[in-house]
Amino acid sequence: MDGSLLLMQVINGLQLGLLLFMVASGLTLVFGILDFVNLAHASLYMVGAMICAWLSYLVGGFVVAVLLALPLTALVGWAIERWVARRLYARNHLDHVLATFGLILVLNTSAHLLWGPEGIPVALPDYLKGQLVLGDDLVLPKYRVIIIAAGLLAALGLFWLVTRTKLGMLIRAGASNRQMVAALGINIELLFTVVFSLGAVLAGLAGMLITPITEASLGMGNAIIITAFVVIIVGGIGSIKGSFVAALLIGMIDTLGRSFLDVALGWVFSANAAENSAPAISAMLIYIIMALVLAVKPQGLFPPKVR
Amino acid sequence: MKVSQIALVAAALATASVASATVKIGFVTTLTTPAAIIGKDMENSVNLAMEHLGGKAGSTPLQVIFADDGFKPDVGKQATDRLLKQDNVDFVAGYIWSHVLLASQKSVLDAGKFLITSNAGPSPMAGKLCNKNFFSTAGQNDQTPMALGEVLNKKGVKSAYVMAPNYAAGKDMAAGFERTFKGKVVGKDLTKWGADAQLDFSAELAKVRASNAEAIFVFYPGAAGPAFIKQYEQSGLSKTVPLYSVFTVDSLSLPRLQKANFQAAVGSRTTQLWDPTLDNAANKRYVADYKKKFGGYPSYYGAQAYDAIMLIASAVKAVGGDVSNPDKVRAALKAANYESVRGKYTYGNNHFPIQNFYLREVVKDSEGNWTTKVVETVYTNHVDAYAAECKM
Repeated sequence: MDGSLLLMQVINGLQLGLLLFMVASGLTLVFGILDFVNLAHASLYMVGAMICAWLSYLVGGFVVAVLLALPLTALVGWAIERWVARRLYARNHLDHVLATFGLILVLNTSAHLLWGPEGIPVALPDYLKGQLVLGDDLVLPKYRVIIIAAGLLAALGLFWLVTRTKLGMLIRAGASNRQMVAALGINIELLFTVVFSLGAVLAGLAGMLITPITEASLGMGNAIIITAFVVIIVGGIGSIKGSFVAALLIGMIDTLGRSFLDVALGWVFSANAAENSAPAISAMLIYIIMALVLAVKPQGLFPPKVR
Repeated sequence: MKVSQIALVAAALATASVASATVKIGFVTTLTTPAAIIGKDMENSVNLAMEHLGGKAGSTPLQVIFADDGFKPDVGKQATDRLLKQDNVDFVAGYIWSHVLLASQKSVLDAGKFLITSNAGPSPMAGKLCNKNFFSTAGQNDQTPMALGEVLNKKGVKSAYVMAPNYAAGKDMAAGFERTFKGKVVGKDLTKWGADAQLDFSAELAKVRASNAEAIFVFYPGAAGPAFIKQYEQSGLSKTVPLYSVFTVDSLSLPRLQKANFQAAVGSRTTQLWDPTLDNAANKRYVADYKKKFGGYPSYYGAQAYDAIMLIASAVKAVGGDVSNPDKVRAALKAANYESVRGKYTYGNNHFPIQNFYLREVVKDSEGNWTTKVVETVYTNHVDAYAAECKM
């Protein structure tokens, strides 16, 4: 196992982790502050990706499409909050699950009607294609480095928002004690709308970023939503720091597992057994981690201060 | 009237009604999930076949009932059961996915109905689980990668990296390739498959680079194919490690690759039992009419589905529409007496076609569309590796 392969896999894990963080942060904010279980978060990921893909053909450029699609996704998020989520805050989590499950069906079918079942491939502009060659063996696709940069920017932006602005202070206060914030005369409704739209934008951005690697398709949310829930459970619900750490942890474990598990198993078992079991075990790894964390620290790694 | 005359009239009426009774064909394919792109191609081809037949086999009307397997074995099995019990079909055809076929075949074969697979060809069905009522209009999974292994041998390739999804067909493809490839397999990755399949291959592609393989062999059907090719090009490996694939680069993925301009696909090589450029009358008519009606080239999934309907129609016509005698129907099916779009073939003892396999290359056609053309014939009248395990 040479150093450059390990380094490349660490960077791959970092990229996956940052994408997971973008999806999970929106989910944890909505769950933690609004106390709203939003299963349709994955559909927002898909909607953002589809809008961006569709726009990229209309305006003829990927980057411009992303910049235009972000406010549109925020609009979709606002609409969902205004007409679906707001009515359900007082209800229990099961009602949230039922409603957002219905929302998933509505969003998926609408996307199906608007864009067809096949998905939309997204072309990268030439300046984003190609590789970065660092040293002899370290060759990274340029675009993945850009995803890492975008993810870090989003993380930093979110960190700055939450710790250095008044809005962020209100968000943290709302996570701690919603009733007190409302009692102090803050417009809690507006706060919730902003948080919900922010979550939608983050999820949509993650979707937009992944489409040049795979493509914008109707089912793309399915894979990421389960992992996102695992991330917020491991990180602590309502905690952005927790979802950042957990997302990176899970991204790394998943990538390194896929890369080196067959080699590692091969030291203990026969080559054939290692080859057959490695894919299955590496798919299970993140759930094993979640089970371990729940057993040792049920509140998650960095739970927010309790209300 | 006397009893014997009544009996005679009744018998005449009975045979008359049997002869004009509709023969029902249940067609199981994937109509939802992103993999529906394949199911749509099969559905289009089946409808085109029905159009070419005029909806009849001889004078017997045919009816096709489509069912969706949702890319899941349990859903496919339920759909198959419904076709058998509720719709009372005479033939069950279709099946893209090997794991769906393996889950559903028992229901059909135990009911004594005929099962015609028009894509999935898992090794158990060619070997130990072979059945007198099971026929294929596709190939056995291992054959196509075996042909590709021979191609790499001829090119003098000494090492290869293998990537495939982790399910029955993925394992068959890897096994088929390793059976004929004489060089060293320096790495093998079976990636997560299913409705939420792994579509990001960054970790595996990094391993390919580190392994210094001379060539990469992949099997990624459906949506994973374009995703893999894009990432293969983005990683820069397209410049150093040539791509050999089976069931990955086809008429379904090529338009999407062309739209996103991923040049890595052009010039890549694949093997198949069929190609749109195969020079026979049935194929020319199929491809031309498909292009006219649906725009774009059909894929081998569609060609195999088209052949399934034509095969069933030829058998129904041969027995005069009377499907009550399974032995007669079986003999008619086994004769494969129809104009297949891949050219004439015969059935082996395990009811898989003994057919040619071709090396195809991705090229641009006269209108600039990305498509494939035949480079050479790799196998002539090839029998699959599991025929000897079949006790028929």
